[in-house]
Amino acid sequence: MIGTLLAAAQNADAPTLVAQNISFGIIAAVMIYSAVRVVTTANVVHAAFFLVMVLAGAAAQFILLGAEFIAITQVLVYIGAIVVLFLFGIMLTKAPMSGEEKLSRDNWPLGVLTSVVLLGVLGYSLVDGFGGDRIPADLAPTDTRVLSDAIFSQYLIPFEVISVLLLAALIGAIVIARRD
Amino acid sequence: MLLNQFLLLAAALFCIGVYGVISRRNGVMVLMSIELILNSVNINLVAFSAMTGAVTGQVFALFVIAVAAAEVGVGLAIVLAIFRNYRTVDLDDVDLMKG
Repeated sequence: MIGTLLAAAQNADAPTLVAQNISFGIIAAVMIYSAVRVVTTANVVHAAFFLVMVLAGAAAQFILLGAEFIAITQVLVYIGAIVVLFLFGIMLTKAPMSGEEKLSRDNWPLGVLTSVVLLGVLGYSLVDGFGGDRIPADLAPTDTRVLSDAIFSQYLIPFEVISVLLLAALIGAIVIARRD
Repeated sequence: MLLNQFLLLAAALFCIGVYGVISRRNGVMVLMSIELILNSVNINLVAFSAMTGAVTGQVFALFVIAVAAAEVGVGLAIVLAIFRNYRTVDLDDVDLMKG
């Protein structure tokens, strides 16, 4: 599988973007390591901060793909709001901070098996299906104006539905979490 | 840049998230694993958007971010309600509807 990938990376005539590929590799390694730590660390607060590493890495990948607005939204919404929400949730549920309590089930080897099989199937089908497809080398950053034009013309109705969904989630969260 | 390097990174993050959902006992940690899964979907959408040059993938990545925010709000509210009633967030102890 890796051999196919390397061959596809080498034999194309398109110019190889060395700096982009190196930064992709570094960020991807940090993201994978942090993601593994999120699901294996014994300390809930550490898991939240490793989640920050993964989210920041994803934002960097978005910049690499020329999607600046998505990257900024990722930092604002995920790192700024959702992680703070997680930290409040950890604080309010008095989650174990000492790392002594067991955080994983006893049947975690089954989980490892499931996810490794899933990764094998996904990886095989991705390499088989998109083997040599390339992202254009002259990738220009997406103009935010184009993005907003798309949201407010073609995707206006999904956008309105999303805002109603956010309102419903807001009211629902208040009703569920309220002490009565 | 190959499209596949982004897709494989997203697949790896997805599988790590699935492992977390399966094996974690703490409700808050399960929600964090779901965030990993949603993020891998976003990477896929933006990578396809960059490959085709269409902006649709980025629009839907924004929608996924909004839905993730709503999901984590309601999810944490449910976890808080569970904690109030059971004094624990251990999902193995919440088995009232187990047959």
